Amino acid sequence: MMRHSTILWQLAVFIGAAVVTQTRLVDDYTASLVVYIGIAGIVAIGLTLLTGVGGMTSFGQAAFVGLGAYTTAALNVRFGMSPWETLPCSLVITGVSALLIGGITVRLAGHFLPLGTIAWGLSLYFTFGNIEWLGGHDGLRGIQPIALGSLVLVEPKAYLLVVWIAVAIAVVLTSNLLNSRIGRALRSLREEAAVGAAFGVDANRLKLVVFVYAALLAGTAGWLYAHFQRSVAPGSFGIVAGIEYLLMAVIGGPGHVVGAIAGSALVTVVRDQLQNALPSLLGSIGNYETVVFGCLIVIILQTSQRGIGPVLFGFLDRRRLSIDDGEQLPLLRSQDARERLLTVRQLTKRFGGLVAVKDVDLVVARATIVGLIGPNGAGKSTTFNLIAGSIAADSGQIDFNGEDIRLFSQPKIASCRLARTFQHPHVVHDMTVIENVMLGAHVRGQIGFLGAMLRMNRAEERRLLRTAYEQIRRVGLEKVAFSTAGNLSLGELRLLEIARALCLDPLLVMLDEPAAGLRVGEKRALANLLRDLRQQGLGILLVEHDMSFVMSLVDDLFVLNFGSLIARGRPAAIREDEAVLKAYLGTAA
Amino acid sequence: MDVATSLFLVQDAILNGAIYSLVGVSLVLIFAVTRVIFIAQGEFVAFSTLTFAALEAGKVPKAGGLLILLGMMAYIASLIRERSSLTKTRVFVLVLADVFVPILIVCLAAFLAPLQLGFVVEALLTFLLIVPMGPYIYRVVFEPLAEASVLVLLIASFGVHLALTGLGLGFFGPEGANTSSLVTRSFTVGELTITGQSLVVVGTTVALFIAFAGVFGRTLFGKALRACASNRLGARLVGIPTGVAGQITFGLAALLGCVCGILIGPILTVYYDSGFMIGLKGFVAAIIGALGSYVVTAAAALVVALVEAFSSFYVSAYKEIVVFTLLVPVLLWRSLRSPHMVGRS
Repeated sequence: MMRHSTILWQLAVFIGAAVVTQTRLVDDYTASLVVYIGIAGIVAIGLTLLTGVGGMTSFGQAAFVGLGAYTTAALNVRFGMSPWETLPCSLVITGVSALLIGGITVRLAGHFLPLGTIAWGLSLYFTFGNIEWLGGHDGLRGIQPIALGSLVLVEPKAYLLVVWIAVAIAVVLTSNLLNSRIGRALRSLREEAAVGAAFGVDANRLKLVVFVYAALLAGTAGWLYAHFQRSVAPGSFGIVAGIEYLLMAVIGGPGHVVGAIAGSALVTVVRDQLQNALPSLLGSIGNYETVVFGCLIVIILQTSQRGIGPVLFGFLDRRRLSIDDGEQLPLLRSQDARERLLTVRQLTKRFGGLVAVKDVDLVVARATIVGLIGPNGAGKSTTFNLIAGSIAADSGQIDFNGEDIRLFSQPKIASCRLARTFQHPHVVHDMTVIENVMLGAHVRGQIGFLGAMLRMNRAEERRLLRTAYEQIRRVGLEKVAFSTAGNLSLGELRLLEIARALCLDPLLVMLDEPAAGLRVGEKRALANLLRDLRQQGLGILLVEHDMSFVMSLVDDLFVLNFGSLIARGRPAAIREDEAVLKAYLGTAA
Repeated sequence: MDVATSLFLVQDAILNGAIYSLVGVSLVLIFAVTRVIFIAQGEFVAFSTLTFAALEAGKVPKAGGLLILLGMMAYIASLIRERSSLTKTRVFVLVLADVFVPILIVCLAAFLAPLQLGFVVEALLTFLLIVPMGPYIYRVVFEPLAEASVLVLLIASFGVHLALTGLGLGFFGPEGANTSSLVTRSFTVGELTITGQSLVVVGTTVALFIAFAGVFGRTLFGKALRACASNRLGARLVGIPTGVAGQITFGLAALLGCVCGILIGPILTVYYDSGFMIGLKGFVAAIIGALGSYVVTAAAALVVALVEAFSSFYVSAYKEIVVFTLLVPVLLWRSLRSPHMVGRS
């Protein structure tokens, strides 16, 4: 949530700059440069969202610019449709193509994804050049300029206003998106996809929506480009152009919207200078700009992968979140907790020849704390992950509050109100503590992508913030609520994880070694918190190594060894159990 | 299509496939040791052809300037990076390796080029001029990024590609070049004419391929290089100098690129930017081999060349589109099989 004064300031600067461009201080040449900066800036904003936030790097974004440009060019030149009629066509063609291409692309894992973008980027580029109807390698000429009523926008100065209004809209929509529930989910995707999944974020769907949005921005830029340039040719939409757009986003810094425009300005001006100034200086023709851009890419990656955005425009990012005493988010409406909350039967998982978990049975009743213990390698974490759905079981049954969730996707499990923490804390390091905790309430929010962009989510955001703050206070982190999560100690990270899990409004919380790394006082506080939660009717499943912590807390204990259950019972009984003693201490000689 | 045409297309495909497989294998090699997806491998090929062609014509090759430039860059990069721990000996070694050696090579080339001493000397000179570029590029660009993600390395390798194409135009100019065949005899089998050059290409590729598979699969040297990729820290702990391994790998890749460049000289007119397309075809093959298997990559290179040959016959204008579009389903299949998928769906 940006401060309103900041938004007003930005608006004032924007209008002031627009007025200046209409004066004599700016000549036509400079004005057209500013037009190109704006057009490329729109593409770079989409790309910074894809790359920096969604974790998807696209080398093929120029192809979407090409789709937008060629659609309007062809409809205009071949059928005489006016630019305003072709705009929706450009967007539809780009959007539908992005939906089809993205449907495959976003499913690609790891480095296969950027490689995929190279593949379709090249395919589209060659397609533009090889279709006679689109003018082949020469492209299409004689595209009409945009007209507003009787005013025909041919002059760069006039066109500049249209382009930069589009830029402003893109900036506002994208910034709103980033500071919303959806935006936080997106920001978690790059570093911590596991967190998103555990709290109900459907990563593939979200990635696809962002992919289409970035493509629509590129398509809009293409439309603007075609009617300014008045001609299109395939050369502008090839892989080199794609790398240049990527360079702009890299310069600006991942996920930095204003930085992306600065990147666009830098790349556009440098290219212009190198294409015009340098040859006249050196007296020969060469591709100096590609050499400079190539070196620039390498230097930025080597020296500052965060880009110039945070350095130059960091002051725009400082957001002040205010917590009011208003209502929290409505609780999840689902069935009340049954007495037997979680029942696991005959759960089995094999990794190749190794049977990691074999025929494990487990029961957690509501308002109880259940411990899952065992020596190293006993299969505790695997059992835990099988229940949480982050790995798929080979067979067995996981009955949670009346539903068999074994085959459910992780997001669906989260919306059944089952929350978890991670053994090695997974937090999004560049988000604040409260933003990380808000991620936990993802499934409790309603307002989606469009609503977030149009800021129709204010009331919900306020409630979300309040809900998250309440949980932060509960675990005792209110002092660091607005610090960056990357600065927390291990103990604080574990508490953050618990606050995030509680934000889901869970029926069952699964805690993976919550006491590891905590000091004595913190452990005592944690134990009290867990007892409180039990009082309120929550079920808690605990994997833990600290025996005194476990024994003082749990109602029921399950002991695993070599993937099988070897004992179950009350803490006192387990202490005396021979099989357990043997597993932990070895056989007496 | 009659039998003769398809035989001709197959022959053409085998020839191209051999070249693509060498490029693909270089990419797999580089990825296996450094995790870099080296888009600019094709530039080694194009620059080698241009260099070899110049030597054949008795001209001083322009690659010399590029070599000196890259050497200087490596020198400066090392000075900046090691500024706090520089000793006189180290500076001396750097000057020797990065400044003196390139100048020596260039002088040697300038002295020998006009004499036109024949294929072997010209090929060796080409190696001398091109191969050191590999280690220099690694030192300047990739060594400082050794801990970075595959994605960052990929973007950096695009940076290298951009810079090298620009420099290629600057140093080699826009003119294309080709070289004369090594073997001018040809044989006729039925309706098919087999050129001696195509036998040389296929023979060299197979020999190199066997040599490489042997070195990497079976020797300690090969295993040490592979260890660098799977766990850099672990490799260092057992005493493998990972930086040197990267340099060796880039040198080997440049050497393979050189061989390719000399082999395609008689088949294709090569321009400063021809390398990109050749590189990308090899890249498609390497992806099909999941950037891991030399055998699958070589086979895939042949498939890519076959697809290209037959689609250039049927839908000539769209042959590139066919090749690159085919990559998308391959990627999808590869990505579904890759082990690090999170979550069940």
